[in-house]
Amino acid sequence: MANYPIELPPVAVFVLGHKMSEIILQLNNISVVYSDVIQVLKGVSLSVEKGHIVSILGSNGAGKTTTLKAISGLLKPENGEVTDGEIIYDGKNIQNSSPEYITRQGIIQVLEGRQPFKYLTIEENLRVGTATRSGKPYKQDLDLVYHYFPVLVSRRKALAGYCSGGELQMLVIGRALMAHPQLLMLDEPSLGLAPLVVKEIFRIIKMINEEHGTTIVLVEQNAAMALQVAHYGYVMENGKIVMEGMSKDLMNNPDVKEFYLGMAASGIAKSYKDVKSYRRRKRWL
Amino acid sequence: MKKFSLHPCGNYRESYAQELSIFETNFGRICLCLFLLILFFVAPFIVSPYTLYILNIIGIAAIAAVGLNILIGYTGQISLGHGAFFGVGAYAAAILATRLDVSFLIAIPAAGIITAGVGMIFGLPSGRLKGLYLTIATLAGQFIIEYVLIQWEGLTKGTMGITLPVPKIMQWNISGDKAFFFLIFISLVLMTWFAVNIMRSKFGRAFIAIRDNDRAAEGMGIPIFKYKLLSFGISSFYAGFAGALWAYYMVSITTEPFNLGLSVEFIAMVIIGGMGNIPGAIFGATFITLLNELLRYLTVFLMNIDFIISWGLNIAPLKEFVFGLAIVLFILFEPRGLAELWRIIRSSFRLWPFSY
Amino acid sequence: MDFFLQLLVNGVCVGLLYGISAMGFVMIFKSSSVLNFAHGELLALGAFFFLALITWAKLPILVAFILTLIGCFMLGFLIERFFLRPLIGEKLIFVIMLTVGLAAMFKGLILLIWGGNLYTYPSFLNESMALNMGAIYIAPVYTATLIISMIFLIIFGLFFKKSAQGIYMRSVADNQKAALSLGVHVRRVFALSWAIAALVASMSGIVLGIMNGVNVHDLSSIGLKVFPVVILGGLDSIGGAIVGGIIIGLLETFTGGYLSPSLRDVVPYIVLVFILLIKPYGLFGLVEIERV
Repeated sequence: MANYPIELPPVAVFVLGHKMSEIILQLNNISVVYSDVIQVLKGVSLSVEKGHIVSILGSNGAGKTTTLKAISGLLKPENGEVTDGEIIYDGKNIQNSSPEYITRQGIIQVLEGRQPFKYLTIEENLRVGTATRSGKPYKQDLDLVYHYFPVLVSRRKALAGYCSGGELQMLVIGRALMAHPQLLMLDEPSLGLAPLVVKEIFRIIKMINEEHGTTIVLVEQNAAMALQVAHYGYVMENGKIVMEGMSKDLMNNPDVKEFYLGMAASGIAKSYKDVKSYRRRKRWL
Repeated sequence: MKKFSLHPCGNYRESYAQELSIFETNFGRICLCLFLLILFFVAPFIVSPYTLYILNIIGIAAIAAVGLNILIGYTGQISLGHGAFFGVGAYAAAILATRLDVSFLIAIPAAGIITAGVGMIFGLPSGRLKGLYLTIATLAGQFIIEYVLIQWEGLTKGTMGITLPVPKIMQWNISGDKAFFFLIFISLVLMTWFAVNIMRSKFGRAFIAIRDNDRAAEGMGIPIFKYKLLSFGISSFYAGFAGALWAYYMVSITTEPFNLGLSVEFIAMVIIGGMGNIPGAIFGATFITLLNELLRYLTVFLMNIDFIISWGLNIAPLKEFVFGLAIVLFILFEPRGLAELWRIIRSSFRLWPFSY
Repeated sequence: MDFFLQLLVNGVCVGLLYGISAMGFVMIFKSSSVLNFAHGELLALGAFFFLALITWAKLPILVAFILTLIGCFMLGFLIERFFLRPLIGEKLIFVIMLTVGLAAMFKGLILLIWGGNLYTYPSFLNESMALNMGAIYIAPVYTATLIISMIFLIIFGLFFKKSAQGIYMRSVADNQKAALSLGVHVRRVFALSWAIAALVASMSGIVLGIMNGVNVHDLSSIGLKVFPVVILGGLDSIGGAIVGGIIIGLLETFTGGYLSPSLRDVVPYIVLVFILLIKPYGLFGLVEIERV
């Protein structure tokens, strides 16, 4: 509530309700260029409300991961750069800041494809999550992570390299939680996991959001699952945002239904071939 | 027939043959011919014997550096054993010449071939290793060869050294700096010509593919182990050939110079000259040899200044320090080496006055 | 039999020292994948710095020892900051050659100041530290080596297993991108690993100096002996470095004692070639998992 000069009583916050909601992250028309030549984002604007789950959908190569990396400052090691526009987080300009700075502001990104520390045990992996506030006690946070992901308790001494995909996904989300994130960005948490595990992970994501008020940005291919937990959604294509809206509106949108949920207007799944031909006829934007 | 033009202002290549061409224009070809004419028909007759000696050392070093560049710059395998390979070549030639009375015309290439064999033995680990591990394996090769050269006294006379006979073609003795100048530089031109052309062949392309991504190269059907070994062989052949020339030129050899320091000098030549660039290796050899000479001169000069003598400072190690510094500075500021500087100078002349 | 036991004890002591020297090397390799050819010169710098402090500045032994460790810690930090950091992400050969260049620079510098002579420290180890077990005599310096090695091993074991910085260092070695995404200060980790490596190197340089005298050529050649040690143990295993060190130490003393003294120095490299051919990633190294 830092933006308001007078501290309002909780009731007032409640009464003012929706209007009061605070934008925690704002991207204004950002462009990202890799190696000085490859433009991947061509003017992306989006805003994330505090305490919301926002999902970003789109096919491969649409620029979803790049958007996340632009926010978390991880573009630089890959020779990428935000050339235009601004990223405002909590009132501060953070475009092209170092990842060390950004993570210390409370933005933590969970990388695509899990990326555990293979030769560290589960518990050591979790301890690396405390890097942004090193030296502070971490026992309580460990308990919290184990509360969300009870599977990890029995594996705490095992090397991460020997754990299953589902355990690893839980591990990396837990590892990010250890940093007390204000804004948690998840890059395809469902990648390569069994449907039941995916369901479990999304349940926990929702729980984290509800219990801690952690703002979550969710990048997903699994649109149905993502829109179920998210409040708001963006659809990206070719480095641009082509559609946005409340999750339930998006879910009912015929285009989204067809492309991402695999259903025709009538509700029957269409074959991939039909979708392709449709796509050729009517390009978005 | 290509049109005669002074310089192309961009990339006008239209066919693969043009992509492979060595000279972009006939102008470059003429320049090289002029340079070679001056080198062979003017230079040896006007310069002082000392300069000629330096030129000869440069020529020998350049042969070894061109060979090492094939391995490091084109195939991407680092060898820390080339100092020892150079020594193997020198000893092979010396032993062939003294024990078997082989003529130098056969002894020098034979020394190259023997060294190629030795190099391939120490390249064997490249079948399973790459990167750092291979580098360390070649380091072990360096020490083992040094040990064998010193300890196998029956063959190498150990620390005593071997004195070589004067090389002869028919009745004509090759001795003195001028005669060796022709021997060394004709070899250098031939070896460079061979190296440039091997890089344009199937083998060269395989080497480059292995350097850029060995897994992908394997996937494309290149038998990478065979080609890595071949690259070790070719590059050791160059080292051995240069070593043999050196042995004949120096007349008597001992094991002392073929240490790790020499290996490092060869790598420094390749890096300072520019990796993956054959003229670059020659530039690098020139630079390092001149630097060595300059530093030797400088330390002698400094040691005779009373002021420094009164300080009691030993200036000789300055050479080592500056040598290290040169490597460090080149890597930090111009990692693509002298070849890149040369290219920049050339193109700024070419594009002048409209450099943009 | 006594001769055998004496060689065994000497071998273990020398080997432990090799192992400790290699530890700093492994640390740099583990965190930043840099093969440090200047390691021997770091040993020598530590030994000479200590020499200067006790002979020129006439400081008490303990003060000089601590000052040396601090000085080398800083030195390692500076080396990383000014020479290695610009090369992050460059090709392997550049990094290797940079350390080779640094090695030549340091060696030249030491030779300029001290020359190639052999110096000895004034003896300060008490003869009562010597151990006599039957016919086997353990010289005070070997006892000191044993004690110091053990202390350092325990400290480093705890550091890497328990302390936050230690775990961050291992995480960077493991997966740099993930460490970056969690806010680990990767550059600080690199700098720290160089600083610690230089500290460990200076310590082993001092002990080697006590044992064999201080000479820049000897010390820098020991820096190269680190390679067989770490290859035997696996380039990325700190415990492996110690075991590798002991094996190489034993090999050396036994070859020196039973076969020939001249073979002694080359045996580690012969073993090295065989290891590389048979078990390329060493006894304890992690096999690199590579995917296209």
